[in-house]
This record gives sequence, structure tokens and C-alpha cells, in this order.
Amino acid sequence: MRVLLVDDEQELVETLAERLGIRGIEARWATNGDAALELIDQEDFNLAVLDVKIPGINGINLRKMIKEKCPQMKFIFMTGHGSQDDFAAGSAETGVDYYLLKPVTIDELLHKMNELMKK
Amino acid sequence: MVDCTDVGNVSELQFFGKMTASISHEIKNVMAIINESAGLLEDYSLMAEKGMPIDPERLKVVSNRVTMQIQRADRIAKNMNSLAHSVDEFHKSIDLRETLELAVGLSGRFADMRSVRLEFQPPSDVPTVITSPFHLLNLIWRVLDFAMDAPGVEKTLGLTYDADAESVKIRLSGLASLTNAPETVFPAAGEAALLRILGATIYQDIKGGEINLVLPKDVRQQITAES
Repeated sequence: MRVLLVDDEQELVETLAERLGIRGIEARWATNGDAALELIDQEDFNLAVLDVKIPGINGINLRKMIKEKCPQMKFIFMTGHGSQDDFAAGSAETGVDYYLLKPVTIDELLHKMNELMKK
Repeated sequence: MVDCTDVGNVSELQFFGKMTASISHEIKNVMAIINESAGLLEDYSLMAEKGMPIDPERLKVVSNRVTMQIQRADRIAKNMNSLAHSVDEFHKSIDLRETLELAVGLSGRFADMRSVRLEFQPPSDVPTVITSPFHLLNLIWRVLDFAMDAPGVEKTLGLTYDADAESVKIRLSGLASLTNAPETVFPAAGEAALLRILGATIYQDIKGGEINLVLPKDVRQQITAES
């Protein structure tokens, strides 16, 4: 599985990428939408984990842009805000597969990733 | 009883809401980084238990990361505390430099989201101003919020001030995309209400790409003179 992590907090995506790497999952990261799109053009990914609020292109629009380039890609959104009800409404609206609330545990993230890849 | 439909009250509540939402978002991010760093240390210890060598430099990197985030959280908490105490007294003697530093600190995340850099360039003198600190922060935030949508290609806004015997001028520069906004956009009713409370005036230099905010050094004297 190859994963793209996008969040404006570099320390967060760096650490998360290393922890996923320890678990055998190849992860790359970007801190804004433009950098994420560059990576998408250069490499293949199965799944993207996106923060909702990122500089420049927001997470929702970034998902749409990635989806146009890679229709098979799956998406998980991470956010610091909202309730499960907000996420349910947001998922229906944006077509995002999962929302996770920060701080996220690695086990929860892995579980959602594996679940998505089996779909 | 407070009139919740009053422009001034709505503006104050909106400002407080925006700032606390932004602060809570930042705290969540700090917690997320510390959480992942703790998890990574746990991963290293599990690897070490299995006999895999751990580079001490990696441990230092993670330890430094946690220290940096604790310092960041401390700054966020200090800013939140200063914002909360800005309503303690209606009129108060304030250090203008500290207030502008606070305004820049509170606006940091909003600037980051727009990929704009805020550069505070304070001169050496530190004027004290008797004003309403909360309303001044609110007005500076509103000016910054408007200005952050009008930067030049460098996407850097400069903030500074100067003072004379009667007044201080807060100058925001680098607004190459500044245009004559209609009064419904800027300065709108919310800004106008704050300008009245602070006895301040605002003027835009479209050609020079600047917004200037002029405040009396003692708003109480202005109120006395007007009455």
C-alpha cells in the first residue's frame, strides 16, 4: 500500500509517515495542496490522508482534483474539529470515505486504511 | 441587557469565536504532533526490545520535536490568556508593541491558511496607549483579515507603527492588490463601530499598497473633548 499524507503540520506528517514505514506501509507527505498534486503526478498512491484545512487548495477541493487524476484512489480526512454527526454529513457531501478526529491513534488509522483497501 | 443584534456586539462575539476556534485548532495540532511523537518513541522501544539498533540521533530529533511543541503550546496559551484579559478593563494603558505582537500571533494560522507571511517590524520606541485593548485587537484583526486577501506577489505583509505626541499610527504595507473596496466590504459596519469606540480613523493608500490606522494616545481625552 502506498499512502500520501497531506497536512500543513510538517512534524505531524513526517512522524506519521515514519510510523507507517515501520509498519511496512510506504508513505509520502506534503504540507500543501500544490505539493501534494506534484507528488501525485510523479508517483502512484492507493490512498490519501488529507487534513480538511490546508494552505491554498483546501482538502475538499484537493480530493476532487486528485480524484480526477486517480479515480481509484481512496480518501481519509483528518480534522481537528467537529462531531461524528458533522463528519457523517460531510462524508455524504464530499464522498470522502472516512473522517478521523485529531489526535488519531496509529491503530485507528491503520484499521481504517485496511478497511478501505478491502472495499 | 446586551442587544445581540447590535453591530458592535455581533462583531465582538464573532471575533472572540474566530480566535478561540483558531486557538483550539492549533492546540489540537500540537496534541496530534506530541501524540505521534510519543507513539514513535514507543515504536523505537519495541524495535529495541526485538534487538534492532536505534540511532540515538533519531531519539534526539523526536525529543526536540516534543520540546518545540510544548514551547508552541505555551505561546498559544499565553496569547489566549492575553486575549481573555483584554476585556478586564474597558480603558487601559497598553504597550502597543505587545498588543501588535499579540494580534500577529492570533492571526498566524489565518495567514498560514492563505500562504501569507506577516512581518512585524516594530521601531525601537514603545508607545503606551490608553484605549480599549479588546476593541483594538478586534479592529487590527479585521484590518489584517481584509489585508491578507490583498497581498502582492511576495505574499508578505509588513506591520509597523510610529507615534507623535497625540496619536499613534499603525501601518500595514505590502498590499499590492489593494483596490477601492466598497463600504459594504471594507471598512464596513463592524469596522466603523470599532473605529467609533476607539476614536480612531482608517485610511487606505491604494497606490502605495498601505492601510493606516490612526489612534489617539488617550481615547478618554478624545471622549471628553467630544462631549
